[in-house]
Amino acid sequence: MNAQTEFEVKGLNFHYAGNVHALKNISLPVYKNNVTALIGPSGCGKTTLLRCFNRMHDLYPGNRYEGEILFKKENIFSEDIDVIDLRSRIGMVFQKPTPFPMSIFDNIAYGLRLKGIRKISDLSERVERALNHAALWDEVKDKLHASAYELSGGQQQRLVIARALAVEPEVLLFDEPTSALDPISTAKIEDLIVNLEKDVTIIIVTHNMQQAARISDWTGFMMLGDLIEFDRTDKIFTHPSQKLTEDYITGRFG
Amino acid sequence: MTREQKRKIEGFTAMTLSTLAAFLGLFWLVFILGDVLVHGIKALNPGLFMNDPAPAGVEGGGLRSAFVGQLMITVCATLIGVPVGVLGGTFLAEYARGKKTARIISVLSDIMVSVPSIVIGTFIYAVLVKPLGHFSGWAGAIALAIIMIPVVLRTTEDMLTLVPWTLREAAFALGAPYYKVIIQVVYRGASAGILTGILLSIARVAGETAPLLFTSFNNSFFSVDMNKPIASLTVTIFQYAMGPYDSWHKQAWAASLVITISILMLTVIGRLLIKGRHGRR
Repeated sequence: MNAQTEFEVKGLNFHYAGNVHALKNISLPVYKNNVTALIGPSGCGKTTLLRCFNRMHDLYPGNRYEGEILFKKENIFSEDIDVIDLRSRIGMVFQKPTPFPMSIFDNIAYGLRLKGIRKISDLSERVERALNHAALWDEVKDKLHASAYELSGGQQQRLVIARALAVEPEVLLFDEPTSALDPISTAKIEDLIVNLEKDVTIIIVTHNMQQAARISDWTGFMMLGDLIEFDRTDKIFTHPSQKLTEDYITGRFG
Repeated sequence: MTREQKRKIEGFTAMTLSTLAAFLGLFWLVFILGDVLVHGIKALNPGLFMNDPAPAGVEGGGLRSAFVGQLMITVCATLIGVPVGVLGGTFLAEYARGKKTARIISVLSDIMVSVPSIVIGTFIYAVLVKPLGHFSGWAGAIALAIIMIPVVLRTTEDMLTLVPWTLREAAFALGAPYYKVIIQVVYRGASAGILTGILLSIARVAGETAPLLFTSFNNSFFSVDMNKPIASLTVTIFQYAMGPYDSWHKQAWAASLVITISILMLTVIGRLLIKGRHGRR
C-alpha cells in the first residue's frame, strides 16, 4: 500500500464550549485513497475528531482547536485557510440522511451551483455521473424532478453521497452513515464506500466493528478522547498491541 | 357508590360539560356568520363594487372607494410588515440563535402581539399623523404593518427553528456560505409554515378598525392617494352602522359579508398549507 498521506493530524486537542476537553493530543496520518475507520465506545470523541477535518465545529461559538491538521501540507486551522473552500473539497455524510427540501436533481446540483456551474447541460451531465457513481441512477432516472423526500431512507443516504460526490471532493467524511439503515441498504452503502476508495480518501466513524473490519484499510481506536491505537485494520483486529483495544474488539466492554 | 360508578359519573360529567362548552362557542360563531350572511347577501349587488358612495341619505351608490382603499392599505401594510417580520424572525432563529438578545426580542414581540390595536393606532397618530397635520393612507398602512410584524416575526422564528440543524450542517459541509444556507435550504424547508404565518397575519389586520380610525381615517370620495385620508371597509362599516340611514345599514351588512368571507378564505388557505406541509413528510 502506498503511503502518501492526505492528512497529518499533529497534537490535536479540542475543547467544546464550556471547556469540555473532548480530544486529547491526537496524532495520526490519514492515507490518500484509503479508508480510515474511527471506532470506539460512545462518547469517545470519534465524531468530534471527524468534524475537525472540515471544521464543522466552527459553526458553534466557543469551540476551540489546538494543534494542527495538515491537509496537502497546509494547516487547516491557519488564518489563511478559506473554510468555505475547504468544505467544498471535503464532503460529509451524516448519520441520518439529509436531503434538502427540493427535487432529486436540485439536491445533486446544489453543490455544483455553489461552485458557479449554471449551464443546464453541464449540470445534467454531472448529476447523472454522480448518481451513477453512488449506484442510484437506475432507481431515480425517471423521477429526477420528484421531491427527494419521496425516496426511501437507504436511497436518501445514497442521494446524499451522490450530492457530496458531484463536486468531486478529495475527501469524504462519513459519520455513522448506516446506523439508521436496514441491512440491505447498509450493504449497498458499504459496497459503495469500497468502490469510492480509488477516487477519494475516506474517513468513516462507525460503532459497528464488523463494518470497520469489512471496509477499512486503517483503523483508529479511541477512548475518552484519547487515540489508543492506530494501525492497519487487519493488524488491529488480529494482533492489537494495546490491551484496551483487544478488550474492546473482543466485546469485553463498549 | 362503588369506585367504578363514581368514575363513570365523573367521566360523564366532564364529557357533557366540555361538549356543551364547545357547542356554546360554535353556536355564537354560526349565529354571527349566519346573521352576516343573511343580511349581507340581500344588499350584495354589482353596484356595491362599481359605484362610489352616494351623498348622505340618498339611496343607491356603492363602496368602491372603500374596497379599493382597504386593498391598498392592506397591500402596503403587507409590503412593509412581511419583509421586516421575516428578516427579523431570521435574525432571531439564525444569527442570534440562543443569544440573550434573541430571547429578549422574542418576549417583547409576544407582548406586542397582545397590545390592543387601538394603542398602535393612537401611537401612529401621535408620531405620524399629528406632526404631518393630516390623516393619510400611509399612516394606516404603517399602523397595520406594526401589528403584523410581531406575528410574522414569531411565526418565522418558530418555523425556522423547526428545520433540523443537520440540514444546515449538510449545506455547510458542501461549502455553502450562511446566507445561502438560509435562503436556499432553510427557507425552503420552512416555506409553508412561513407563508401560513403571513396569510394569518394579513387576515388579522384586514379586519382591524381601531388603528385605521386614527390614521387613514375615511374618505367619502374615491381616492388612491396614500398621502391623503383614504376610505377603508372597516371604518366605513363602523360609520355606516352607526349612521341614521337604512341604506347605510344595508351596505354595512354587505361590506361585513365581503370582508368576513375574504378573511375566512385567507385563513382556510393558511390552514390548508399547514396540512399540505405535514402530509408530505
